[in-house]
Amino acid sequence: MVETAESRTAEMQGRSWKDRVLQAFRSMMMARTFEEKLTSLYRGGKIQGGVYLGRGQEALSAALAHSLRDGDVFAPLIRDTGGRIGFGEDVKDALRTYLGSPLGPMRARDGNVHRGNPKRGYLPMMSHLGSMIPVVNGVLVARRMRGINGTVGATTIGDGGTSTGAFHEGLNQAAVEKLPLVLVVVNNQYAYSTPTSRQFACADLVDKAVGYGVDGRSLDGTNLEKCLEVLGDATERAREGHGPQLVVASLLRLCGHGEHDDAHYVDPQLKASPLGRDCLEVAESALLEKGWSDAVSLERWREEMREHVESAIATVQREPSPDPYREDWTALASRHLCEPYSESEG
Amino acid sequence: MSITYLEAIREAQAKALADDSRVFIYGQDVGPFGGAFKATKNLAKEFPERVWDSPISEDAMVGMAVGAAIDGMRPIIEMQFADFSTVGFNQIVNQAGAFYWRTGVRCPITIRLPSGGTPGSGPFHSQCMEGVYAYYPGLVVVTPATVEDAYSMLVESVALDDPVIFCEHKYLYYHLKADALPSEALPIGKARLTRAGRDMTIVSYGAMVHEAIATAETLQGEGWEIEVVDLRSVKPLDTDAVMASVARTGKLLCAGEAWPWGGVTAEVITRVATEGFALLDAPPVRLNAKDTPVPYHPKLWSVHRPTSETMAAAARNLLRS
Repeated sequence: MVETAESRTAEMQGRSWKDRVLQAFRSMMMARTFEEKLTSLYRGGKIQGGVYLGRGQEALSAALAHSLRDGDVFAPLIRDTGGRIGFGEDVKDALRTYLGSPLGPMRARDGNVHRGNPKRGYLPMMSHLGSMIPVVNGVLVARRMRGINGTVGATTIGDGGTSTGAFHEGLNQAAVEKLPLVLVVVNNQYAYSTPTSRQFACADLVDKAVGYGVDGRSLDGTNLEKCLEVLGDATERAREGHGPQLVVASLLRLCGHGEHDDAHYVDPQLKASPLGRDCLEVAESALLEKGWSDAVSLERWREEMREHVESAIATVQREPSPDPYREDWTALASRHLCEPYSESEG
Repeated sequence: MSITYLEAIREAQAKALADDSRVFIYGQDVGPFGGAFKATKNLAKEFPERVWDSPISEDAMVGMAVGAAIDGMRPIIEMQFADFSTVGFNQIVNQAGAFYWRTGVRCPITIRLPSGGTPGSGPFHSQCMEGVYAYYPGLVVVTPATVEDAYSMLVESVALDDPVIFCEHKYLYYHLKADALPSEALPIGKARLTRAGRDMTIVSYGAMVHEAIATAETLQGEGWEIEVVDLRSVKPLDTDAVMASVARTGKLLCAGEAWPWGGVTAEVITRVATEGFALLDAPPVRLNAKDTPVPYHPKLWSVHRPTSETMAAAARNLLRS
């Protein structure tokens, strides 16, 4: 059920367009299924802290991950559940981070969306928006210095994140260095509660591409096939040495900022507009229309995914919680340089 | 042969680049120009693939270093002035400082901060940031006061598996000379007993060590034997060395060029007061810069930070108490 790096590469190398669409679709469906379970856990009081969903952004996010290859670098942001799954994340590791299992990749030291596996090229985001862009640049610089060619680095940011200094510095740096960076701006119309009219004054965010001297593309983020097509092109162009690719996708966030937020401020007209379409429903209809799947198969997949997620929850809920008295309270790898109070007062 | 503090920094970087192909230098004007202070002079010529100019983007400079470090490189980032590191603050303290704790993946970066005041430098080219960075977990913060330490501690910083904030003092760049580069060195984390004494201890670091030595010389003429401890690194702080000195002298003056609220001098005095109160014959004394931005005019600047004169006056009061 869960995609692996190997299967992604195989897919890129020889599989048909239909298979690619179906594979990305399954990541979308898995993301939605997982997030629905996550909401239940949150409402049942099983999760400390917040829960942040990517509802409405699964097509774009999954398409980005499925455009990458083994060895590429991916720095997702909070609404990239589809991309994380598409990049090969085991839902158990996602759950371990949400539920604070010490067996998870962040070992209960960081939570919810702040998770990754740097050794696999899956970078763990921090909360400060834009700050992952130069980190991806750094991995790409390191690869280039070691003579490793053909790595692409991909990261995403929201409409609000484009207002940060870090976004500007990071994209400009990538442009100056001509790095194979794919930067996806997800214009989901709101940064928490702030509408785009209070965020930027340019006619279209893709206009920024010209200013940075990079390729720019716009995209309907609710259409899976369109996402796969445009992001596939962008990643290959980056891989071929054409420098950073700025892709601006339009869609609507179909949830609150987090599950604590009822999103009452979202304009009903936006919800009723094409931007407000649910990409999963759009993709399902397209699959049925083309005869690439049928209602029975879709329902079977959904059921398999529910079972997969429920079994992962059962596993992770049985795992131990962290023991604060056995925690290694040292923040340095150079243990000999830790201040004595790090150990004695922990 | 004689070598300045600044040349020692350049030589340490040349050695790091020559010894380890994972090392690179990235910062504003560090390439063919050789850096605003010439700390990277000729290095781009010797290592063209590994010494190059960044845009004026402190956040992206440090962020890029983090990405490269976690992918196996050992970047050296030159901030043009320590003061400008505030623009890259988020990447330093939240990204670099937290990375190993969060992920278990090492993040070996050396960030060089040309620090401290010189005459005429003013509010934004004079700051001492060591206390700010020492506050954050996950960072090593060093403050070399000698040519030998500038060299050996920079070489060691680049070899460490953690982010290191290397506070090199601009006032010492040209003022300080040594006969040769050191062949052996004290490790980071160990303070140095710069001068032995029995009547009082002055604990200091960076350029203030030289004011402390001048103070000790002045007071020697008045019959006092002053011990001078150079912290060398402020995080970790060599509490044992400070405590051992205070045990010998019973009196502590702690001097720093940074602002007075919190910081290194407060930390030293807290440790001595909490762990070695019985060693003290008199209340410890702190000496810091005035609590204003660093002034431009040399006359104002000359009294803004502690000097050997103000240090000697504070020391005399303490010695008589």
